[in-house]
Amino acid sequence: MSLDLSFYSWELIQNFLIKGLLFSVQLTVVATLGGIAFGTILALMRLSNKPWLTIPASCYVNVMRSIPLVMVILWFFLLIPTLIGRPIGADLSAYITFIAFEAAFFCEIVRAGIGSIPKGQAAAGQALGMSYAQNMRLIVLPQAFRNMIPIFMTQIIILFQDTSLVYAIGAYDLLKGFEIAGKNYGRPIESYLLAAVVYFLICFSLSRAVKALQKKVAIIR
Amino acid sequence: MALEFGIFCKSTIEEEFAPKCFGTTFPNLFDGNGDTTYLDWLLSAWGWTLSVAGLALLIALLVGLVVGTLRTLPESSWFNRLLITLANTWVEIFRNIPVLVQIFLWYHVIPMLVPILKGLPAYFLVSIALGFYTSSRIAEQVKAGIQSLPKGQTLAAMALGLTTTQSYRFVILPMALRIVLPPLTSESMNIIKNSSVAFAVSVSELTLFAMQAQEETSKGIEIYLAVTIMYMITALAMNRLMAWVEKKTRVPGFIAPNNPAGAH
Repeated sequence: MSLDLSFYSWELIQNFLIKGLLFSVQLTVVATLGGIAFGTILALMRLSNKPWLTIPASCYVNVMRSIPLVMVILWFFLLIPTLIGRPIGADLSAYITFIAFEAAFFCEIVRAGIGSIPKGQAAAGQALGMSYAQNMRLIVLPQAFRNMIPIFMTQIIILFQDTSLVYAIGAYDLLKGFEIAGKNYGRPIESYLLAAVVYFLICFSLSRAVKALQKKVAIIR
Repeated sequence: MALEFGIFCKSTIEEEFAPKCFGTTFPNLFDGNGDTTYLDWLLSAWGWTLSVAGLALLIALLVGLVVGTLRTLPESSWFNRLLITLANTWVEIFRNIPVLVQIFLWYHVIPMLVPILKGLPAYFLVSIALGFYTSSRIAEQVKAGIQSLPKGQTLAAMALGLTTTQSYRFVILPMALRIVLPPLTSESMNIIKNSSVAFAVSVSELTLFAMQAQEETSKGIEIYLAVTIMYMITALAMNRLMAWVEKKTRVPGFIAPNNPAGAH
């Protein structure tokens, strides 16, 4: 059989794909920012020496990491309306789910990043009379985040790929855009192929950028 | 709000409950009335998850091992360089396309382009998709494992007069494979989690069961809880299995691979 891509017009891209791409990108950005914020809090909880902080945080992280993302998406889509008493859209549900899910993964990255900072740094901060919060904010976290940038970027690429799983609750993302375009024009095969190519180009160029960045942001020692 | 786990004893066809909860799974043990209950369905869905994940893991290990090894070949001839380029391309392609898109490709597109694959059942195609996707990640780890070996190992093999194939077979791979066992454990657990994506092409595994049973019974929380626990049990079993393999294959007095590799 032969492939025919001629049905791909600028109009189709505008009508079907831009909307989906925008949602995928927004979801990635929101989940990254929210995930890093909550993930850092979780990491600090896990690293504290108070059991009432460490135990809930480790439980949360371990549970999130052992359930398939699709199930997490379904859980939130089912639970949030039950808890707040009114239905919420698939889009909003996806935002909340991805922040909650990514927080667990960013937590582990941040935890490893903080662990990579030599003990002497925190000790020196303490010796200067800094409080715990000052020490974290001014000494440990800035260095830790700098070291973590490449891993963060890799995780963001994975996150961008994972956003396609909102398919489970029918949110309109990039993949959905391709699917609907394919159905409307009766050309599903070409549409799926093109979806793969587009995702590949985005993720491949991002991972190339990460590699370049990795060389630039060498670990300061 | 009370949870009603009795829903699992309900027949999926009629409004009746099987007294022993099993309808068709153990017909001789608990004489069910012959109707499939939700518990039967859950178990068969679990079976599908295990088969898809198991087959995918097999494919991923075989392909990942070969591709990962090829990437570390010495660049001594044009043929080796060709193999390295091919292996690197393989990894880039399968790593940079979302797994759901890859499953759609294998299910909708590839059988149209390659007519021999047309008769294959959906679960088989999904396993190939999942296996190839994971193979790229395993190849990455195998490569890292081989490169983490001291250079002296390869040089010693060369000094003993071993060919490239022999040095891989007798010196490099036996050590490298032991080093990559811990990351392979997490990949094996990932493959179970990723098999949930098979719902998208109607393989009746746990996630599809969760979605359909929730719709039919409106007892979403009970159904999801059961499915989530099944996933956790499976992942834990996989973890223990790999820990056992790790223990069995440990070379006494050699390498202690338990250095936490940081974030996954």
